[in-house]
Amino acid sequence: MKVTIDGQEIEVEAGTTILQAARMIGGESVPPAMCYYSKLQGSGGKCRCCLVEVAKGSDADPRPMPKLMASCVTGCMDGMEVNSKQSDRVREARQSVTEFLLINHPLDCPVCDQAGECDLQDLSFEHGKSKSRFIEEKRTFEPEDIGPNIQLHMNRCILCQRCVQVADQLTDNRVHGVMDRGDHANISTCISKAIDNEFSGNMIDVCPVGALTDKTFRFKSRVWFNKPYNAHRECTTPGCCGKTTVWMFGDEIQRVTGRKDVYHEVEEFICNSCRFDHKDPSDWVIEGPREFDKDSVINQNNYTQKLDTVTIATEEGILKGREQDRKKISMLAIPLDKEDQEKFNHGNL
Amino acid sequence: MSRKILLDKINVPGIKTYEVYRKEGGYASVEKAMKSMTPDEVVEEVKKSGLRGRGGAGFPAGMKWSFIDKKSGKPRHLVCNADESEPGTFKDRYLMEFIPHLLIEGMITSSFALGANLSYIYIRGEYMWVYKILERAIAEAKAAGWLGKNILGTGYDLELYVHCGAGAYICGEETALIESLEGKRGNPRIKPPFPAVSGLWANPTVVNNVETIASVPWIVNNSGDEYATIGIGRSTGTKLISASGHVKNPGVYEIELGLSVYEFMNSDEYLGGMSSDRPLKALVPGGSSVPILPADLIYKTANGEDRLMTYESLSDGGFATGSMLGSGGFIVYNDTSCIVRNTWNFSRFYHHESCGQCTPCREGTGWLEKVLWRIENGQGREEDIDLLWSIQSKIEGNTICPLGDAASWPVAAAIRHFRDEFEYHVRFPEKIKNRNHFVEEPFAQVKHLVTKQTV
Amino acid sequence: MERTHHKQEINMTDALIARINELISHYPADKRKSALLPVLHEVQDGHDNWLSIELQDKVAEILHIKPVEVYEVVTFYTMYNTKPIGKYMFEFCQTSPCCLKGTEDLMDYTCDKLGVKVGETTADGLFEVRGVECLGACGYAPMMQLGDFYKEHLTEDKIDQLITDCRDNKIILHDK
Repeated sequence: MKVTIDGQEIEVEAGTTILQAARMIGGESVPPAMCYYSKLQGSGGKCRCCLVEVAKGSDADPRPMPKLMASCVTGCMDGMEVNSKQSDRVREARQSVTEFLLINHPLDCPVCDQAGECDLQDLSFEHGKSKSRFIEEKRTFEPEDIGPNIQLHMNRCILCQRCVQVADQLTDNRVHGVMDRGDHANISTCISKAIDNEFSGNMIDVCPVGALTDKTFRFKSRVWFNKPYNAHRECTTPGCCGKTTVWMFGDEIQRVTGRKDVYHEVEEFICNSCRFDHKDPSDWVIEGPREFDKDSVINQNNYTQKLDTVTIATEEGILKGREQDRKKISMLAIPLDKEDQEKFNHGNL
Repeated sequence: MSRKILLDKINVPGIKTYEVYRKEGGYASVEKAMKSMTPDEVVEEVKKSGLRGRGGAGFPAGMKWSFIDKKSGKPRHLVCNADESEPGTFKDRYLMEFIPHLLIEGMITSSFALGANLSYIYIRGEYMWVYKILERAIAEAKAAGWLGKNILGTGYDLELYVHCGAGAYICGEETALIESLEGKRGNPRIKPPFPAVSGLWANPTVVNNVETIASVPWIVNNSGDEYATIGIGRSTGTKLISASGHVKNPGVYEIELGLSVYEFMNSDEYLGGMSSDRPLKALVPGGSSVPILPADLIYKTANGEDRLMTYESLSDGGFATGSMLGSGGFIVYNDTSCIVRNTWNFSRFYHHESCGQCTPCREGTGWLEKVLWRIENGQGREEDIDLLWSIQSKIEGNTICPLGDAASWPVAAAIRHFRDEFEYHVRFPEKIKNRNHFVEEPFAQVKHLVTKQTV
Repeated sequence: MERTHHKQEINMTDALIARINELISHYPADKRKSALLPVLHEVQDGHDNWLSIELQDKVAEILHIKPVEVYEVVTFYTMYNTKPIGKYMFEFCQTSPCCLKGTEDLMDYTCDKLGVKVGETTADGLFEVRGVECLGACGYAPMMQLGDFYKEHLTEDKIDQLITDCRDNKIILHDK
C-alpha cells in the first residue's frame, strides 16, 4: 500500500505503522519517539512526541482524522496522507509535549551521565524553548537503590515504560514496575530490591533519558570524551550476541553498551556479563570505530577530525571579557564616580 | 407527570427483592427475547430505539453492539460499567441500590443479544454495599433459573458476576475498565483495536453504562419504535439526571429527553428551584468534565431558543456558548460559589485521577491544579490566566484517553465565561483570603472593580 | 521510590480462603489474575484494613502472579492502604458538589474535635480523617465513607454522634 508523509510517497506492507514508514523514508519527517522501541512489544503511544496529522485517512475513506495521531501506534492505510514536520499543528503539539516533559525534569544535564546521548536533550533542542513558564515547585522522588550496576534517578524519568518491557520480555522474573499513579507514578521495585538478572543492564540502553544509567560508568567521563568502537567477544551467556560498543578513554574501556542505531535503539540486546564485567581491552576483539549520525555530539571527539591548537588569550578573553560584551554593559545600578569609571573602563574593577 | 421507564416501579415496597420484582413483571424481557426473538432481532430493536450510551459520550448503543466481532469465533463478553465516578453523577448507584434486578435483567437480555456467555458488572470499590446488593440479587436470579446453563431451556448459557474496582476514576474509561477487570492498573489502552474486536482477555467485548443496560428490558418489552417516540430527534427515551448543589430538591430524577432546563430546574416535580433566595450563577449540566454555563446561557441558547435537556440542545453553540448532556450530573451554583475555587477543585480531581501513562495529562493536570491553586489563594499573576488557557489547549486532544479533554474543558469554560472572576482573584488577593469569600460579598457586588471602564 | 515498610501479622482464616477461592472461580481458570482487585479487598478487610508487603506477596502466591504485579496494582488504586491506619477512617468527599454544601467546614470541625489534621491518625489509633475525591453521593452532601458504608446529609451533630458510636463500638464497618 501507498502512504505519503510530508509529500514523500512510499510503498509499505500492511501492518506498517506511520512511524515505521517515516523511518523508511528517513530524514526530517521522522517523528521523534521517546517511548516507542521497535524491539519491545507493546511499546509506544505514551509519550505523545510522535503525533502526526492524518490529512487523508485512506483512498477508501479520505476523511482526515480529527485528532493528531500517535504515529508509532497508528497503522498505515492505502492512500493515507500524513503531515509530520510540515504541519504547524504537529509542530505545536510536539512543542507542547516537550514543554510538559520538561516542566518537572530536573534539567541537571551538567551532572547527568546521559548528557550527549539523551533523547530528551535532542527533543528539547528541536522543539523546546529556552525559557520555562513553569514557576511551581518541581516534583521529586526519594532515591531508591536498585543494586550495584544500575543507577535509578527517578526525577529524570519520563515514564516511557521501556525498562518495564525489557524486564517482561527479556527476563522471566520482573521485579520492578510502575508504582503509584498520575504525576507521582514512578519506576520502582517497591521493596528496594536489586534488579539482578543477566539482561537487566539493557534497561540502561533502552532508557531514553538519564533515569537509568550505568553505575560502573558513573561520573567517569562525559560520553563525548570517549571513543566508541564496535567490539565483540565469545559470550557464553545464552541469548547474548556478544556484539557491543566499547567506549574507550585512552587504553581504558570505561563503558560497554549495545550497538545503537540512528534512532538510538540497540541492534541486539547484550548480557550483563559483557556490559559490566568485561572492561579489559584484551577481553574484546575491537572491530573499528562506531559510526554516529553526523549531528551527534559524540563526533566532537571523532577519530578523523584535525585537531587545531587552541590558544586562549587569558588576559583579553577571560579576565576582561570580550570587547563587544564590555560595550554592552551600558547602564549600572548606581552611576560610578569618575575614578571608578576609569577603572571600570580598564576592566579592573 | 412524564413517562418513567426505569424508575416507574421504584416506589413499590420490596422492589429490591426478586419476588416483588418478578411479580411486578420483571424478567419479562428475558422471556420475550429468548423465546420469541433471535439475538440479532434484539440488537435491531435497540438500534431502532435510538438509545444512546448513558455514560457520557452518548454513542448509539445499538450501533456499538453491532460492531462486536462475531466472526472470529472467540468468546464474547458484555461488561457493565458501574464505575460511576464523574463528579456530580450518582444515578447508577441509585438504580443499582434500589432496583438491582432491573440491571440484572438488562444484563441477561443484552448478553443474549450479543451472544455473550460470561458477563461482568464492574462496580466502583467505594460502592461496596451496592456490590453486596448486586451479588445477592445475582444469586436470587440464578436460583430462579435466569442465569446458569440452558436458561429457559433455550440452550443459552450465561454466567454473570460483579467485579469491584478500588478507587480510580479512570476505570470508567472502557479500556481502563477492562485492564482493571484483568487485575491490572487502570491504564487506558491505545485504540484501535477497539474492545468490540479485542477487549476483555483479548476477546470481543461490549462495555455499556448501567443506565443504558437498564433501558434494554423496556425496549425489548415495548419495541424500539415505542422507545423512540419518547424524546426529541436523536435524543430518544428517558434519562436519569443526578442533581446536586444549590437546589431545593437534590437527587436522582428520570426525565423524558426534551424537557426544558427551566422546567427541570424550577418545577416542583423536579428540583423545585434554588435552595435559598440566592440567585442562580452557573450550571454544570452533565458532570464535572463538561463546560460550565453562566446564568444567561442556561435557560436560553445563544440564539434565544429554549434550552432543552437533550444531547443537541445542551451542546447548542458548541463550546463557545453551549455545554453537553454528558452523564447527566446536574450541578447548580448560586452566587455564593466561587468559580475559580470550583475550577481548582475539579482540576485537583483530574490531577488526582490521571493515570500517569501519557505525558500531556500526567504533567498538564498537575500544572493546571498548581496554577489554579495559586490564583485561588491570592498568589496569582495576571499572565497565569493566559497560561491556564494555553496549558489546557495543549492537553486537549493530545492524550490517549478522554481524561485529558475532561480535565481541560472545565478550565477552558471557566475562563471563557468567568474571566473577570479570575482577574478579580489576581488583582485583589486580600479580598479572597477566606475560602468562603463570595458568601459575604458575592462577585456581582465587586464585579465593577475588574470591569473595563469606558469614559 | 524508597518506602517505609511496616510489619503485619498475617491471618488467612479458612473463611477468608474460602471467599478468595469463590472470587477466583468467577473468572476463567487461566485468568486468575483477574480476581486481584476483589481478593485484595477481602484480604485487606481481614487485616485491619491495610496490606503489608508480606501480605501482598501472599496474594501474589495465591493468584500465581509476580509480587511486583500486586505492588503495581496496590499503589495505583486509592482504596488499598499500605500502612497501618486508624480503625475508623472518616473519608470525606471533598469534590466540588460536596464543597458547595459545606464539606470543608465540616472537615475542619471533625479534625478539631479529634485533635488531628487531615491524613493523621489519633493517638489511640481509633480515628483518621481523610479527604477523598467524588464518592458519587453529590446530592446527599456533605457525606463521608466509613468502612463499606456512606454516611450522608452530615451535620456537626451527626459527626458527634458518629464519633460517640465509634468509641462505643456500635459501628459496623464491613458487610460480610
